[in-house]
Amino acid sequence: MSADTLSVDTRLAPQPGTGSLRRFTRRRSTIAFLMTLPLLLVIVCLVAYPAAYGVYLSTLNRTMERSIGLGNFEILFDTDTFWNVVWQSCIFAITAVIAKALIGFWLAHMLHHIPTKGQRKWRGMLLVPWVIPPALSTLGWWWMYDPSYSSINYLISIVGAPPVPWLGEPIWARAAIIIVNVWVGAPFFMIMYLAALKSVPEQLYEAAAIDGATGFQRLRYVTVPMMANIISITVLFSLIVTFANYDIVRVLTNGGPRDLTHVFASYAFQVGILSGNIPRGAAVSLFMLPILAVCAFFVLRGVTRRNKEQM
Amino acid sequence: MAQVSLRKIVKMYEGDVQAVKGIDLEIEDHEFVVLVGPSGCGKSTTLRMIAGLEEISSGDIAIGGTVVNDIPPRDRDIAMVFQNYALYPHMSVFDNMAFGLTLRKFPKAEIKRRVDEAARILDITPLLDRKPKALSGGQRQRVAMGRAIVRDPKVFLFDEPLSNLDAKLRVQMRTEIKKVHQTVRTTTVYVTHDQVEAMTLADRVVVMNQGLIEQVGPPQELYHHPATRFVAGFIGSPAMNFLPARVENGAVHLPGGAVLPIPEARRARYAGAPGMDLLFGIRPEHLTDHRPGLPNRADITITPEVIEPMGMETLAHFHLGEARDCCARLEPTVLAEPNVPIVLSADMNNMHLLDAKSGRVL
Amino acid sequence: MSAATASKDVAKGSGIYSKAGSLSSERRWALWTAYASLILATIIFLAPPVYMFITSLKGSAEIANMQGNPWLVRNPTAENYTALLGNTMFLRFFLNSFIITGLVVLITMVISVLAAFALARMRFFGSQFLATGVFLTYLVPDTLLFIPLYQIVGGLGLLNSIWGLVLVYPTLTVPFCTWIMIGYFASIPKELDEAALIDGANWMQMLTKIFIPVAMPGIIAATIFAFTVSWAAFVYPTAFVTTPDQMPLTIGIVSQLVRADTFAWGQIMAGALLAALPPVVIYAFLMDYYIAGLTAGATKG
Repeated sequence: MSADTLSVDTRLAPQPGTGSLRRFTRRRSTIAFLMTLPLLLVIVCLVAYPAAYGVYLSTLNRTMERSIGLGNFEILFDTDTFWNVVWQSCIFAITAVIAKALIGFWLAHMLHHIPTKGQRKWRGMLLVPWVIPPALSTLGWWWMYDPSYSSINYLISIVGAPPVPWLGEPIWARAAIIIVNVWVGAPFFMIMYLAALKSVPEQLYEAAAIDGATGFQRLRYVTVPMMANIISITVLFSLIVTFANYDIVRVLTNGGPRDLTHVFASYAFQVGILSGNIPRGAAVSLFMLPILAVCAFFVLRGVTRRNKEQM
Repeated sequence: MAQVSLRKIVKMYEGDVQAVKGIDLEIEDHEFVVLVGPSGCGKSTTLRMIAGLEEISSGDIAIGGTVVNDIPPRDRDIAMVFQNYALYPHMSVFDNMAFGLTLRKFPKAEIKRRVDEAARILDITPLLDRKPKALSGGQRQRVAMGRAIVRDPKVFLFDEPLSNLDAKLRVQMRTEIKKVHQTVRTTTVYVTHDQVEAMTLADRVVVMNQGLIEQVGPPQELYHHPATRFVAGFIGSPAMNFLPARVENGAVHLPGGAVLPIPEARRARYAGAPGMDLLFGIRPEHLTDHRPGLPNRADITITPEVIEPMGMETLAHFHLGEARDCCARLEPTVLAEPNVPIVLSADMNNMHLLDAKSGRVL
Repeated sequence: MSAATASKDVAKGSGIYSKAGSLSSERRWALWTAYASLILATIIFLAPPVYMFITSLKGSAEIANMQGNPWLVRNPTAENYTALLGNTMFLRFFLNSFIITGLVVLITMVISVLAAFALARMRFFGSQFLATGVFLTYLVPDTLLFIPLYQIVGGLGLLNSIWGLVLVYPTLTVPFCTWIMIGYFASIPKELDEAALIDGANWMQMLTKIFIPVAMPGIIAATIFAFTVSWAAFVYPTAFVTTPDQMPLTIGIVSQLVRADTFAWGQIMAGALLAALPPVVIYAFLMDYYIAGLTAGATKG
């Protein structure tokens, strides 16, 4: 067993650090780097660089010939339209996300309760709004909101209510945008919650039931905590996408009536691309960044903390 | 076929954690060596270093006389069977077994011949077209072994291959592995935490603890002549009892006043024992119900706390002084009851005295 | 949720337990609530596409009439569809969408599979940092960067060209696809690559012969994601393309079909439905993969 005689010469043998196994490891790093290079290029050239460039752009004057520092932001802060955009974006995003979250949660529970055999069929139909490209389905909604031949108003008139000026009045236009957004996004919440619900082990419910928990208590103390991470990531993701939404506003109202339904994206588009003031447009869309970053920071911190606790 | 030599093998992880602290081991050609020990003792790390899946921090590993430290796994000519089988889920059993040969560009006919041969040895010929998902645990285990056999490597490495099987299958596959080894006679290194597997399979058992080798030897030797308290306690089930003891006047004195005379033939061995802090070690099977008149036996009176009838034997659990969790094996005919004192007979020919401080067996 | 267990028993056709009066009626009530909610939700969720289909079957005269129940078709006609399919501009949109989406899916999958394999299996300097970076870029919405990208694409002379779109679309698809592929690759047991390593595979063989086939469900899910996202992309083409012959479907329909003073509603609806068909068909046939891809982002994150 002891190999003292042999080990003498092995002391003189080259250190493993210079050996080919180490070389093998180093080559592995090189290969790994090459494999990730395209990804790095995408992130650096098409995300990081444009972000930095966008910041630079926002400090230029309209003709992009000289820097005006924070001038664009100052001008924006002085216009009512911009503050309208800020409020409209926030109200739109918050209302729509809450509605999507609640509807999705409810539907996921209902789906979870029916026999497994039928779930697939229902799930399949309920996810359709999410599958159709939103720009296209919004065209359908636009037609349904049509001022003179609205199919929704037709249904409303059956119960005797007066026709609603869907896209004509600012308040109704805002509601119309939220409705379409909720219609598109609620199925996504539903499907995420359903996945989360299915990941909760049945024994936990059984244990809770035996411990004497009522249905609501089981929801409160078992389901919600178990799903907390998925719920928060879904909410975060949806918040970002809703906040930065463009297609629905563009197709339904294009910012009107009287620029009262603009959100950041559509306003940035209008200012930057359509009116040709690229720097100010960049400033408008950049304004989303701190708001989104703060949301992301808090949500992700919560997720990380819960992950650590559950380890 | 080849021997495997480990010389002063050390494995350090980041943060100066030594998983393996310098071990020497010579494994002979055709030999079946089992590395056994509790989890975290470094046995798997050692095996993975032989396989080339872990870098060696210092020392040398030689397979068939060639130092392989710097040779990547695929060029070491080894085969490995993993705990979770690691079968490629998208390939049929045939393709799983053939994969290593295909990558080495063996001719088709040769691959088929070898796979068929291995399938015949392992009795899995009817399964060759199936996917791993359609196999039972035992069948997957066979395929994993088949994958090793077809390569006809210098060394087989087994990493806890039976841990995922249920108790009954484990016994069956244990026999199977032994049979295969007797057929192909490839040098084998086998890692397990189960001492029964180690005892039944090995030509030699290597008991490891905390990154070091405690003892190397054939199974019978480890059982009858453990070198350290760790080996004595690890090999055998239920485990050996250890009681604090002193030696005076040719007899072992236990707490509670029991005095057990040491047999004449063994007295010389314990000449230096008087005055030392000792542990009296005795296996449950050597601590049985009282049978007066047998030579070299000594009586101890104990009060059982729990009685476990096992069918072929009855286990009595008790404590004696500070020594808790002691165990004795009684004949099933003995009607022992909890909390009723009984007299046991210790087989003094099979007892061990250990140095309480160093843990070495005297 | 008591109904969770309830539905199971009902599904099994419940045995003797159904006799336990109040409990059983409570369960039945829960089940009815569930079905009522689902039916209501399905009607609302499917109404817009159904209405689009109804409209697409109406002739222009019927639409211009604007009388009676809009949900009914009096004289169904396929003229909107035949008109579109004979419209070279519309077919051009379709072709553009297919070219852009096909290329973007290909580029995305190559980039993300390679990167995910390296990030999941080959630890190297900065790999952890890069993985986090991937997740964060996936949170960056497209409307945040479209103006600087507009300038960049313009600087490259790729405005008004499908190649400009092929260049920028990967920002929409690559981060998410890489992220879910990392998840799928990481779930492959480590022993599998060790076995392959011992069997003699090099890194490339390990990727092509083990990882890609084993993670095929993930690859399909990621491909579907990349397809639907590129197909539905709207901000970039709206901003970067103004000449009709370079437009993909989404902006093509929104900007070109909706331009006349009297909207050709029938044709717009028919066009929107035809344009929505590819993702819907993929969804119909590969629903499980589609859903796996959707949920993978959050459950594996």
